[in-house]
Amino acid sequence: TTTLTDYFSQGKNDSEDSGLRFATCQLLWKQINSETEKIQEELNKQLFDNLIHFLRQSHSELQTKKTEWMCRMKSSEIPTAALVLGVNVTDHDMTFKSLSEVLQDNVTPYVVSLQAKECPGIKHLLQKLMGQLMDCNVDVDSSEEEECVNISQKKIRCSMASLSKWYESVTKKTDSETPSKKRTSSSRHWQSPPIVVIFKDMESFTTKVLQDFIVISSQHIREFPLVLIFGIATSPMIIHRLLPHSVSSLLCIELFQSLSCKEHLATVIDKLLLTTQFPFKLSEKVLQVLINIFLYHDFSVQNFIKGFQLSIVEHFYSQPLSVLCCQLLEAKKRVNSLSHNQCENIRSLPSFRRYVESQVSEKQIALLTEDSFLKEVTQTLLEDLHIYHENYFTVLRCLHVFTTSLPKYPLGKQIRELHCACLGKSVWETEEYESAIQLLRMLAKDELVAILQKCAEIFISSSGKQFSNTVEKLEEFLARFQNLEETSEVQDVSVSSQKELQKTTDLYHLQKTLLALKESKRSKKLTKFEMLRFEVVDFIDSLVRSYLAPAEMQTLNEVVYFNTANTLREHLNAAPRIALHTALNNPYCYLKNQTLKSDVGCISNTAPDICIVYKLHLECGRLINLVDWLEAFSTVVTAVEGTDPDAVATDQVDEIIHARFIRAVSELELLGFIKPSKQKTDHVARLTWGGC
Amino acid sequence: MPNFEHPEYPEATLLHLESMVPCRESQVSSLLSIFGEVARSILCIWVDYRCSTKMFVLTNRLKTNLNLPHVFVNCVECFTSRLLLEEILTQLQSLSSEKKHGSHVPCDTFNDFVRLFKQEIITQDLQNQTVYIVLDKAEQLREMEANVLPGFLRLQEMTDRNVTVIFLSEIVWELFRPNTGCLEPFTLYFSDYSIGNLQKILSHYHPPEYSADFYAAYINILLGVFYTVCRDLKELRHLAALNFTKYCEPVVRGEANERDTRRLWKNIESHLKKAMQTVYLREISSSQWERIQKDDGEPGHLKGLSAHAHVELPYYSKFLLIAAYLASYNPARTDKRFFLKHHGKIKKTNFLKKHEKTSNHLLGPKPFPLDRLLAILYSIVDNKVAPTANIFSQITSLVTLQLLTLVGHDDQLDGPKYKCTVSLDFIRAIARFRLKKVYYDTYNTPKIT
Repeated sequence: TTTLTDYFSQGKNDSEDSGLRFATCQLLWKQINSETEKIQEELNKQLFDNLIHFLRQSHSELQTKKTEWMCRMKSSEIPTAALVLGVNVTDHDMTFKSLSEVLQDNVTPYVVSLQAKECPGIKHLLQKLMGQLMDCNVDVDSSEEEECVNISQKKIRCSMASLSKWYESVTKKTDSETPSKKRTSSSRHWQSPPIVVIFKDMESFTTKVLQDFIVISSQHIREFPLVLIFGIATSPMIIHRLLPHSVSSLLCIELFQSLSCKEHLATVIDKLLLTTQFPFKLSEKVLQVLINIFLYHDFSVQNFIKGFQLSIVEHFYSQPLSVLCCQLLEAKKRVNSLSHNQCENIRSLPSFRRYVESQVSEKQIALLTEDSFLKEVTQTLLEDLHIYHENYFTVLRCLHVFTTSLPKYPLGKQIRELHCACLGKSVWETEEYESAIQLLRMLAKDELVAILQKCAEIFISSSGKQFSNTVEKLEEFLARFQNLEETSEVQDVSVSSQKELQKTTDLYHLQKTLLALKESKRSKKLTKFEMLRFEVVDFIDSLVRSYLAPAEMQTLNEVVYFNTANTLREHLNAAPRIALHTALNNPYCYLKNQTLKSDVGCISNTAPDICIVYKLHLECGRLINLVDWLEAFSTVVTAVEGTDPDAVATDQVDEIIHARFIRAVSELELLGFIKPSKQKTDHVARLTWGGC
Repeated sequence: MPNFEHPEYPEATLLHLESMVPCRESQVSSLLSIFGEVARSILCIWVDYRCSTKMFVLTNRLKTNLNLPHVFVNCVECFTSRLLLEEILTQLQSLSSEKKHGSHVPCDTFNDFVRLFKQEIITQDLQNQTVYIVLDKAEQLREMEANVLPGFLRLQEMTDRNVTVIFLSEIVWELFRPNTGCLEPFTLYFSDYSIGNLQKILSHYHPPEYSADFYAAYINILLGVFYTVCRDLKELRHLAALNFTKYCEPVVRGEANERDTRRLWKNIESHLKKAMQTVYLREISSSQWERIQKDDGEPGHLKGLSAHAHVELPYYSKFLLIAAYLASYNPARTDKRFFLKHHGKIKKTNFLKKHEKTSNHLLGPKPFPLDRLLAILYSIVDNKVAPTANIFSQITSLVTLQLLTLVGHDDQLDGPKYKCTVSLDFIRAIARFRLKKVYYDTYNTPKIT
């Protein structure tokens, strides 16, 4: 039996350090995974707290009788939480899983989640509901396990009456239990804990099932406290679409909204990618692929993380030097134990070759021949890379503060867009950066001061010590802005007095002075504020130029950056139609048989029958005449074999060829390219268009 | 003196009964006359009622007050015939015996039911009495096996016992009548409560701390607002309870006395109108409404369910939905004109066909094949779209989100057809480009008078 490790070592590359690579990969993923779970937990906390508060309140309202009269007059509605989660359905499972865990820990042991596909009828729904409830009873009291097993073995009558009987017996049992045991459970749960029923995908439930369930349970609401949670992917309007007023009037619906998936993604990117905590990095193209899939296709954060995981695995699998992709100290240690082959691998890295070329000739020779010297240099280079990252993220955040204050966001609103722009190429050479700098030069003072303060905070909170100068500089700027305020007032006074002087002069003089003023405005000296603003912008520009160099320029970036975006795209955004078209149109692509290599336009008779039939059908219209098609097919097939095509044409088609044709056509039908048509006899209809 | 008289029951019981079920004198007396004749066998009574929930309370109270042996079953709750029959038998067991729940009786078919029913009558010693079986929400019986409804209609005949079955339903008997083997039941209609009746019943249950007149004045105002939209007694009672504290506010604060109806009316009227738009439609929940009242805040900051109509969709999902909408509401022959760059000249008279003058919106969405959807998608998206697996799965997820529906079979190989189910407003909200250019109905402005 082959284990995962074995598979890893069987990679296409030499098995350099494959075991270590695998272990590093596993460890890294474990850390990242726990980090993502932590993020998820933090993001959901607010929502879950609100929900728990709601459950608590709904419960108390059912129990306490405010005034006898009010209680009697008000119809008893079922408390219902409409939970709007957004269209990223794949993420919902995670949310519901943690939600039911949280509820079970804090509110009630009786949490049931239902899915539409499990409940085609009210009977199945009740079966599922009671099954889950009876099971969770086992969890609460292990001592009574035997009894519960008996209950579940007995065929349960699926009715609300038996459910309320069950609830009565369960709550009574906990009441009569020994207090020592009770305390543990009742400290977390309430005296009569509510039964929470979660409808995971509200949209997919049939109207009838929902209506029946609500009508039935509303008649028993006084017997046991039921709370419904509707998981909604689109908008809460769906409740009104699914339930008529007579049913929705039985509910007391409150709305809860989860965090939008875009904000979720922003947090994930911030915590996983824009940090030095994890050594692994994504290159611009890879990140772009992942973000595009998210924005264009599914809005699913889970899928984004899965894609991230795939890139980690792919990186450690395909790049032998990824063994160095770990924490800096560990990496330095590992450098010492590198084999000669691995050293050769380092030498063949494009970024390292660039580095070698920039060195003096003696050093070049040493680097290329002496392994020990190479290892020494590699260690310092790795350290440089680490420092580069530390600086990069700090300056990136700082630049982001600047760019988000600009109108129309020339460098993007989100930090991920800015990150992509900086990763790929030298950002200061782009037009967008140019226009951003232009706009920065027009910022108002109070805005600029606020931004500078934020930047100072970012630099102070960053771990790097190398920014102490920068912080000083920023603080100096701030102080100068402060001073400016005092001096500018004085200036204003002088200007106004000047104006008064002008008033007294006659028309001729006025004209003259106006002209002079205009002249002076053209070559006007900048005010102090403007000078200072230029200085600040230039300072920021210099920061960007020195710290936000693209990652590709860094020596040894291949060790930590995963950049084969194509592989990732093929895996995550597969195009089955295109693949099928390529297979049928150009069989060489998959079969790798030299005889199949052919020019684009012509149809080779050596290709499999289905390919020939497919190529012929591409030339037809919506309806295909089978007889013509067969003739064309036999012409192609016999083109080489039959030296005398005229003789073949006049004769009946060979039976074997006929059989081959029929088989190929039915294969094509199975693949969904054609279907039999009733419009015309002996014709089939095409189902695809546009070549692929 | 009670309004209805009956020789067999003491006056006190009848008086009590009258106070329990106001405004139903005629129906109650006819029911009483039927129930009274113990010996005579009435087969079935069909009770037809609109004012739903209240009705079962009525019959239930009649029975308990008059001490008649009866069984009460809700047909929605017992969703299979088996559950229904078993429930009847179980309740029958507990009729005379003291224990709360009868033991479980397995009963699969109607035949078994008749046999067990007879047995049970004997063991319970009910031969000389009429047993009543009340079936609430009887319209559900139509969904069960074909023999259940006729079986209940002929139950007396088959069991040879004094048994009366009462069906309670919101639907008239004519819509039920099975093809074979049915006996015409005796039908009793319960008309809607009139506004006077509602006023009387609602004021009847006034809170103990306030006088009946004060509450009646409140009910009068409440009915003035809500009577046009809602005649359900239960709902009205609920609304009355929800808003009563607000009505009392001026009195509690001492700004007005109980008879100052004009001031009280001024205080409550706009509040009730707001309630009609929000809490009555379940846009916001009753408990939220109460909280707003308590805090004396404006309900403005609390948005109802419909306020959150906007749905955020991934880029291609948006375009798929727009393409689906266009495919559903544009005639297929106009595609060439809207989506082809060089479509040639098309005369306007030909373009707008006469029979298509009615707005496509009034006709509803039309089904379209998958290929047409994709073709429109390719033409409305600026950059090239690769037909990846993700695009196809997005179509499927739009179907599960009920923004599109699959029409007919769901055989992927045979060219599936879809319909777009979202409204124009929804599409307008997600379409940032100008829908006008490619939308047929803008050329064809509907004339609705």
